Amino acid sequence: MIEALNLTKRYGEKTAVDDLTFTVKPGIVTGFLGPNGSGKSTTMRLILGLDAPSGGEVTVDGRRYRDYPAPLHEVGVLLEARSVHTGRSAYHHLLALAQTHGIPRSRVQELISLVGLDEVARKRAGQFSLGMGQRLGIASALLGDPEVLILDEPINGLDPEGIRWIRDLLKSLAGEGRTVFLSSHLMSEMAVTADHLIIIGRGRLIRDVGLADFVDEWSANVVHVRSPEATQLREAILGPDIRVSSDEPGVLEVQGLSAEEIGDTAARLGFVLYELTPEKTSLEEAFMELTRDETEYRAVVPTDETSAGVDRQERIAA
Amino acid sequence: MSATAPVIDRRSPVPRARVAPATRRVTQVGVFRSEWTKLYSLRSTRYALLATVILSIGLGVLASALTVSRWATMSAADKASFNPLNTSLLGVEFGVLAIGVLGVLLITGEYTTGMIRSTMTAVPKRLPVLWGKAVVYALVALAISVPSAFIAFFAGQAILSGQHIQIAFSHPGVPGAVLGAAGYLTLVGLFAMGLGAILRSTAAGIATFAGIMFVLPPLVSILPASVANSIDPYLPSNAGRAIMEFGHHANTLSPAAGLAVFAGYVAVVIAAAAVLLVRRDV
Repeated sequence: MIEALNLTKRYGEKTAVDDLTFTVKPGIVTGFLGPNGSGKSTTMRLILGLDAPSGGEVTVDGRRYRDYPAPLHEVGVLLEARSVHTGRSAYHHLLALAQTHGIPRSRVQELISLVGLDEVARKRAGQFSLGMGQRLGIASALLGDPEVLILDEPINGLDPEGIRWIRDLLKSLAGEGRTVFLSSHLMSEMAVTADHLIIIGRGRLIRDVGLADFVDEWSANVVHVRSPEATQLREAILGPDIRVSSDEPGVLEVQGLSAEEIGDTAARLGFVLYELTPEKTSLEEAFMELTRDETEYRAVVPTDETSAGVDRQERIAA
Repeated sequence: MSATAPVIDRRSPVPRARVAPATRRVTQVGVFRSEWTKLYSLRSTRYALLATVILSIGLGVLASALTVSRWATMSAADKASFNPLNTSLLGVEFGVLAIGVLGVLLITGEYTTGMIRSTMTAVPKRLPVLWGKAVVYALVALAISVPSAFIAFFAGQAILSGQHIQIAFSHPGVPGAVLGAAGYLTLVGLFAMGLGAILRSTAAGIATFAGIMFVLPPLVSILPASVANSIDPYLPSNAGRAIMEFGHHANTLSPAAGLAVFAGYVAVVIAAAAVLLVRRDV
């Protein structure tokens, strides 16, 4: 369980994390989602005590991270980018971390095998591909067999097989009752990995919501229509509660009508259809819209913080 | 060289650690082991230590050999000021550069690569890492510099004996000076490490270290003699060098005083590094 309460971090003028309050529960995979630069990595650094908060606090299972006598056994961490000396081998990197806690060499070897780095474990980490670097990061996170896992963009640079491996691994770890908290800027990845979402933008909490609820909320049906008579068809189907948008000539995105209804109307009026495809609003689009909202809002009214939260909630609810 | 694609173990459940985690904790001894692993597993460390040995021994040998070859033609004044001990330990002045650069790198290398985040995540109390690095590096520096100083001394004296201008190890003050040379090298390593921890940047760390050790003394000599003479002995480089000085000279500290002053500088720098390490964000 990770609990952040009014967590704030300012670097000079810039507020990287702004009054964040959230809870990451055990037994599920919680996705930490936000555009690049929204404060995800900073939040993770605050959880780990690498940076001190300017305000508020964050605890892991009720204690500050730095107060744990054996932190690697409590929290496993995959840090942003690479946090490895490029001149050192994967084996010695893991060994040096293990030795601080008295974790035996056999455990180091075990993890190297688990993440599939046996053949390259003695090579310098600077020669690793991004994907191998991520595997090394995962190995260091699992070294102490921790109850809580914090992973910053774990799928970055992994090939499709690696991504599936990570996804299965995280789900099985959460299934054992562990707390799994991973960040990403990719909604599509969160949609298949996470059970719960914490979405931030510009350091502020935008949504703290179960994935299923989020999907229901955003799954307004959209029908993709392609027709040489798109303009006329648009006139024919427009009505109350029906939204039609068009990104390119001859293509319509219709909200509020089923594919059957549109097809019937087109047949009745003799319009030719090239394509008639029901789609769901992708979560990626939902995420973009949510975070765009935040950006626009911040641009308009940069001051009063408390009303900002309320206002935003209303806009999202609307 | 490109590595082969890793093979993934598909039996993916993570094996549990075999020893109950409750019995384990971060200990200073564990951090010593960890820092030792970090130190020996880098190629740059081995090269810098090798450079320290080669410079310390080699340049003293070279200076001794040159003196022997020129002895017959040297002026009486040059012969009078000749110091067989200092000549054989001349290389230590250059070993200082190598051991200092390594001291800076041992810390700044972690910052430039991002390793420091892993390190401080494993040891969030932070200070044990600084103590660990300092103790491990001091022991390694001693293990390198004590034999280097002795080899430099005996090799140099063996060469100088060709003109019968050597000095015996049993001569009063000589054992202290030879050990002092090793102590000087070791303290320089710690001094540079402290600077690296304060500055966190390799370029800034090495520049500052070189500035203090090699640029400051000539700068001070520009000052009026009365001022320069009172500052000069207390400069880190001169105080440090006094530890390996043989006999007492005007305008230099005694070996014991030099040791005290230079150790004081080291303590101040390391203490400042410790305070900053706890206070600053990683």
